[in-house]
Amino acid sequence: MSRNKVTVIDYGVGNLLSVRRGLEYNDASVIVTGDPEKILQADRLVLPGVGAFADGMQELEKRQFISLLSEVAEKGTPLLGICLGMQLLLDRSEEFGVTDGLGLIPGTVTAISSEAKDGQKLKIPHIGWSNLVKSENAGVKWEETLLNEITEDSALYFVHSFMAQPKHSKHLIAGCLYGGNFIPAVIQSENIIGCQFHPEKSGRVGLQILRNFLLL
Amino acid sequence: MKHKKVRLIARLDIKGPNLIKGIHLEGLRVLGDPQEYASKYYFQGADELIYIDIVASLYGRSKLPEIVSRTVEHIFVPLTVGGGIRNIDDVKELLRAGADKVAINTAAVQRPELISEVSRRFGSQCIVLSIEAKKQSDNLWEVYTDSGREKTGIDVVDWAKEGVARGAGEILLTSIDAEGTRKGFDIELIKNVTQAVNIPVIASGGMGCVEHLRAAVQKGGADAIAMADILHYDRSTISLIREEANQAEIDVRRYEP
Repeated sequence: MSRNKVTVIDYGVGNLLSVRRGLEYNDASVIVTGDPEKILQADRLVLPGVGAFADGMQELEKRQFISLLSEVAEKGTPLLGICLGMQLLLDRSEEFGVTDGLGLIPGTVTAISSEAKDGQKLKIPHIGWSNLVKSENAGVKWEETLLNEITEDSALYFVHSFMAQPKHSKHLIAGCLYGGNFIPAVIQSENIIGCQFHPEKSGRVGLQILRNFLLL
Repeated sequence: MKHKKVRLIARLDIKGPNLIKGIHLEGLRVLGDPQEYASKYYFQGADELIYIDIVASLYGRSKLPEIVSRTVEHIFVPLTVGGGIRNIDDVKELLRAGADKVAINTAAVQRPELISEVSRRFGSQCIVLSIEAKKQSDNLWEVYTDSGREKTGIDVVDWAKEGVARGAGEILLTSIDAEGTRKGFDIELIKNVTQAVNIPVIASGGMGCVEHLRAAVQKGGADAIAMADILHYDRSTISLIREEANQAEIDVRRYEP
């Protein structure tokens, strides 16, 4: 059997090593690159990232990746955005003023509420392991997403202060609860997928999610 | 009510190429290859790992980046690395080697701007302010540096607040008095710090049994627990501690090895 090929987009943001190792653990053949031609030819793409939204967009723009990513999205290449990479998929972010995003999934990036449902103060960033919660109106069957065979009580590792809110509920696959407030955890619009948690830092369950992406 | 699962973290103190362990951060004993222990704790279900090079701040360069890059080959949970970090370049080197966060103590005390610089450059989630605290009198703790060797005259609670103001994302709070004693955490210390700041606090030093963990979380307000001794000497395992924590109705990640 030939190994699944996946290309990790290097745009100067994020811990690329861990993502690479997580994919290699699942026997994928991984290319980490900032070469537009290779990105265009990729079977599958991962857009990693940590840090501020505006910085991420600036790095993409500098490399002329904004139109490139629209092009690969258009032709149907599966694209997984992780953490900041997920947030960049949306129309815009409200982090430190409004910044335009890639616009591949309709929606807005907003701040996580610092107040719990019960009125208590919540610590921000949201750092730690949270269980998944199924979304009611997802437009894709759970088994056909990244979360195939992942149970709802599986905990995944999150670290973020902002969250990616898709405009349409059909694009929301799963979330997690922080202080009783719902935070989108997995979003998907056809070949464009985003996860807020770090699968490469979420132990065995996270590795399985990466494997699922390789099989999509 | 806690809103997040309590993280169970394995802490590995390193000297040169070796995992070591002491009492009150002194009297060090060599235990073996840190990578082997790290793998063991990952497979037991540790939520995170922390590496601290305890002599790096004395001698400058360390073997940390090399140990880190070998470790992350097989470990898929967050890794925090500290010891001897003096500037942005040191941080960059460790992140490139595979660390997710860096813990800074001595260099932050010497030049607090370093916290802001790292936070601005890599995000607050990336910087853990490591505080070594020694009790002076009731409700008063002093910040120490260089693995408990140097006094600073700085008040722990004040320093924690300044760390937050400068952009630290978490605090690793080590009680020098309790460290290595297995007699329980300094609950008052944890409580004073968690009440003063709104970022996660990792309690370190003194873990001997799950009752200690419960006190640190429920009385002290700790968000995460760092363990060393109890794991290194096989007196318990992360899996067993997780199970016991569950039975004590402390919210921890469900994990079956």
